[in-house]
Amino acid sequence: MASVIEVENLVKDYGKVRAVDGVSFQVEEGEIFGFLGPNGAGKSTTIKILCTLLKPTGGKARIAGHDVEKEPDRVRRQIGIVFQDNSLDDRLTAAENLYLHGLLYGLPRKVINRRIEEMLEMVDLAAWKKEVVRNFSGGMRRRLEIARGLMHSPQVLFLDEPTVGLDPQTRAAIWDYIHRLRREEKITVFMTTHYMEEAENCDRIAIIDFGRIKALDTPERLKQQLGGDVITLVPADGADLGPVLTELYGLEVKPTGEGLCFRVKDGASFIPRLAAELGERIKSIHLRRPTLDDVFLSLTGRAIREEKASAAERLRYSPHRHRH
Amino acid sequence: MGTAIRTVYTIWLREWLRFLRERSRIIGMIGQPLLYFLIVGQGISAAMAFRAAPPGVNLSYLQFMYPGILAMSVLFTSIFSGISIIWDREFGFLKEVLVAPVPRWAIALGKALGASTVALCQATILLALAPLAQVHLTLPLVGKLLAVLFLISLAITFMGVAIASRMETMEGFQMIMNFLVMPLYFLSGAMFPLANVPAWMSALMHFDPLTYGVDALRHLIFADAHPQVLAFLVHFPFITDLLVLTGMVLVLGGMGSWFFSRQV
Ligand SMILES: Nc1ncnc2c1ncn2[C@@H]1O[C@H](COP(=O)(O)OP(=O)(O)O)[C@@H](O)[C@H]1O
Ligand SMILES: [Mg+2]
Repeated sequence: MASVIEVENLVKDYGKVRAVDGVSFQVEEGEIFGFLGPNGAGKSTTIKILCTLLKPTGGKARIAGHDVEKEPDRVRRQIGIVFQDNSLDDRLTAAENLYLHGLLYGLPRKVINRRIEEMLEMVDLAAWKKEVVRNFSGGMRRRLEIARGLMHSPQVLFLDEPTVGLDPQTRAAIWDYIHRLRREEKITVFMTTHYMEEAENCDRIAIIDFGRIKALDTPERLKQQLGGDVITLVPADGADLGPVLTELYGLEVKPTGEGLCFRVKDGASFIPRLAAELGERIKSIHLRRPTLDDVFLSLTGRAIREEKASAAERLRYSPHRHRH
Repeated sequence: MGTAIRTVYTIWLREWLRFLRERSRIIGMIGQPLLYFLIVGQGISAAMAFRAAPPGVNLSYLQFMYPGILAMSVLFTSIFSGISIIWDREFGFLKEVLVAPVPRWAIALGKALGASTVALCQATILLALAPLAQVHLTLPLVGKLLAVLFLISLAITFMGVAIASRMETMEGFQMIMNFLVMPLYFLSGAMFPLANVPAWMSALMHFDPLTYGVDALRHLIFADAHPQVLAFLVHFPFITDLLVLTGMVLVLGGMGSWFFSRQV
């Protein structure tokens, strides 16, 4: 199989900030490839370079065999993009937005009109064709942007945090579209997200932090590599069990928002031991299979989820990091 | 070349569709000129007897101002459209255009043509109000006036595009309005006759596209006036106005397209 996206040692500096720090990877045809990482990890920057909107400081990137720096127009013809921030003209109707896109990409009028119908149908917006985009909800806008990105039948679709800020139902719907696209149009999808659950939908993911790829594999294998079970222990009031656990069992304990978190080989048989030996000092014990969150935690020492980020973690990011 | 023409058309179409959609802008477009007429016609010209005119020249201030009002409406509409690229960047649509496989200079040109089309619509309304200013127009004259206004609009929009492309944020917008638009207008001689002005002002005047625009408009509107009146009103030969204005359109167009292509 041919690699549709080839990235070699990509680097991007904004002044003194190194946003992307030597990233290399390949995406095969028909693959759904995800970039998973917290805000400020360099996901959008990478996408912008691949979409020819930014020049890299160093390294190479090719889309469908075309160099993003040397043949930007060739690349542009092959890709569809859904940006992280809204890029629709909200004074125009859904159909007008798609129509202008079709014109820009040089589609014949007949094809444009046919594609408008097809694409709106696909994202369930056919009934809103003549509606001005300003009246659309966040989810509808996103769906329309996906429809627009697909108007010219690109080989590769880039999605930058396509489901951020959407309700679970809309998120699920968007994933349905993406899976269908891959089935029906054999399109390659490159997406970014900072939602773990979402990354599970990808064929392969790269975990990215501070501009570097920390791990790259299928979600299943990443979790397998971690091995064992994850136990979250909430100590009874006030007790600091971290050092105790380390001393007794040689565990690597990480305090999280929910409690003390650690991994063991066989969780089911470890819990009775814990309960017997530390009994009263424990409020609750919770056992689960490792998630991508745990993978991220073990790779970076931090939890990725924003909603769980502690005050200390928030401080660690400078304010502007949160915006991108 | 086909791609470029298609791009120009697409961007022009977007400007036009947006214009049709914005009812408040259309109302403003009709209301604003009426307001100028009321203020200038009833207010200013009544308050100050038009003393600048040499003896024997029979010209009301409103008549004198009429070409200036035309130029003003085109100036405001055009600079605003040009600068609106900052909005497009801030609110996203620009990115959609910049990742399309199209030449960027064509985007800038489409923007300028779209803005000029809108500006000419407004100017047409003002031309219909000419009788209120005791200015008599014929159909061929209207055509010529629109042609000059078109050149003015192109020059100013390109200037706006060039500035907007160099501006990082929307914060500079108010500054531009204060330190660019008003000086452009006052220096053009649209408000008061530019005789007996200090040398520095006269020098600046020569760099203002609107100076030549207003001058050309006066040539056209007062073509039949007494030579003494005409000599009082205009500063350059008509052909000079047209050549300089066209030259400025080309230079500003080049700058606008260049800066626009290099941004992001
Ligand atoms: N235009 C910019 N100028 C300066 N720094 C930037 C710019 N865009 C992004 N950054 C910085 O680069 C880093 C990566 O940002 P980004 O690629 O947007 O991350 P992500 O999309 O993963 O949240 C962050 O530290 C961010 O603050
Ligand atoms: Mg981002």
